[in-house]
Amino acid sequence: MNQVLVVAEHSGGKLNLAIAKCVSCAAAVPDAEVVVLVLAADGSAVAAQAAAITGVKRVLLAEHPASEPALAAVLAPQVAKLAADASHVFGPSTTFGKDLMPRVAALLDAQQISDVMAVETANRFRRPCYAGNAIATVEVDAGCRVVATVRVASWQAAGSGGSAPIERISVDTPLPTHTRFVSVSAGRSDRPDLQTAARVVSGGRALGSADNFALIQRFADRIGAAVGASRAAVDAGYAPNELQVGQTGKIIAPELYIAVGISGAIQHLTGIKDARTIVAINKDPEAPIFEVADLGLVGDLFKLVPEIESQL
Amino acid sequence: MRKVLVGIKRVIDYNVRVRVRPDGSGVVTDGVKMSINPFDEIALEEALRIRERGAADEVIAASIGPDDAQQQLRTALAMGADRAILVRADGAIPSMIAARALHALVEREQPLFVILGKQAIDDDSGQTGQLLAGLWDRPQATFASKIELEGNSARVTREVDAGLEVIEVDLPAVFTTDLRLNEPRYVKLPDIMKAKKKPLDVTDLAALGVTAAAQLRVVRLDPPAQRQKGVVVKDAAELVAALRQKGLLQ
Repeated sequence: MNQVLVVAEHSGGKLNLAIAKCVSCAAAVPDAEVVVLVLAADGSAVAAQAAAITGVKRVLLAEHPASEPALAAVLAPQVAKLAADASHVFGPSTTFGKDLMPRVAALLDAQQISDVMAVETANRFRRPCYAGNAIATVEVDAGCRVVATVRVASWQAAGSGGSAPIERISVDTPLPTHTRFVSVSAGRSDRPDLQTAARVVSGGRALGSADNFALIQRFADRIGAAVGASRAAVDAGYAPNELQVGQTGKIIAPELYIAVGISGAIQHLTGIKDARTIVAINKDPEAPIFEVADLGLVGDLFKLVPEIESQL
Repeated sequence: MRKVLVGIKRVIDYNVRVRVRPDGSGVVTDGVKMSINPFDEIALEEALRIRERGAADEVIAASIGPDDAQQQLRTALAMGADRAILVRADGAIPSMIAARALHALVEREQPLFVILGKQAIDDDSGQTGQLLAGLWDRPQATFASKIELEGNSARVTREVDAGLEVIEVDLPAVFTTDLRLNEPRYVKLPDIMKAKKKPLDVTDLAALGVTAAAQLRVVRLDPPAQRQKGVVVKDAAELVAALRQKGLLQ
């Protein structure tokens, strides 16, 4: 039996959608017993959501006022303590998981595999490197504990309808006070979340200005999509950084991805290649984005986008 | 003396189109341009600016890598680092080995803080800073887009999925850099000449008491699966019709 401990990411009493994808990855480990760990100030609601994910065997709920808002330095010693029986400790490849999991690995003296996209055996995994230009098969010595972040774009969310038992536990470990949360400023929240949206519309450098970028936002709102941006558009100041899609931004896998005025630099393509359907709108027929697009439309985006909207 | 330790990794230049060797043993490196990992360059720039503001006294650039990594350390010295340390190690270096080597340097140098890139653009693991902070039992502020030192602590703005998060950490601490922290300076020719006279110490993992044996191996590299090239439609109406047919639009 391999006990796979999945560390839950949550905010405002809601379990992050990435966790159901982590559960799919955890369940792919041979002979896995999937246990979700919820660390929270008040975590009953989050634990109940985790318990409903298909494939989850148990939910561990450890409540402590210091656990929210989440700080890696405060969570890591608790995860490490509770991982005593786990052969694998997984977290999502979000900024939460990327920050936390290596610190857990350090405390456990374990090897971490980042961005797991496939599980081959209990100790052999596949992950992207070189901005997605290569896929590495990596192996950890048998018997060594594996810490991993799960590349959420590579996994389908596990279903719901389960009813795993929730165990309340207390963690007896000193928590540091050297790291303190000050604030978080979130972007506009009435649009779907970029990381988990079924539809995404992204704008690139061809938009030409922050004012023109409103065209992308309007189109996205029209079809109920999240808004993304290429690195060029973010660097030029047309869109905030949290909208950046690509190897150095967010890696996403929506059902529908519409790239508007994006040429398709390799680092951008890496972030979208798991999208089900890619649509590209660009005036340059030679743009690399057309090499990966399922549907391409060549022309002036300022004319074409309103035309598309008028047909909806 | 208030020291800053900067992690510098030698990687394939970000403009090079990386290709997997046909036998899957690695990527093609013959005749390929090598550079400082761009995120580490941002880390070095930040350390230099902090020293120039008078909030630190010495910037030490450290690399764990092959002898050739001395080239990147010379570039770091030309940018303005005061001295450099190469910890010699061959082949792919797992993040945990790099973190242990940096931890050994931290014990020796006792820096005010350590700063390095949020990830290296070759293996993209994004672990070394957090591993170091965990081994050292000190705070970490990852994905930093703004760092303000205030006495014995630092206020750091972090680029997280939700937007921008601000945390406060006691020093010493580990910072990892995101793209928007700063724009690194260009190296000028006189600085390259001056850098040749700056100290560059060479040591190795064994001398630092770090065992090179890893419990993690890369078995094989494969090129990524290619997407099928799709079709080009003639106008907006045809695009909307195609998306409706796929059930992607109402």
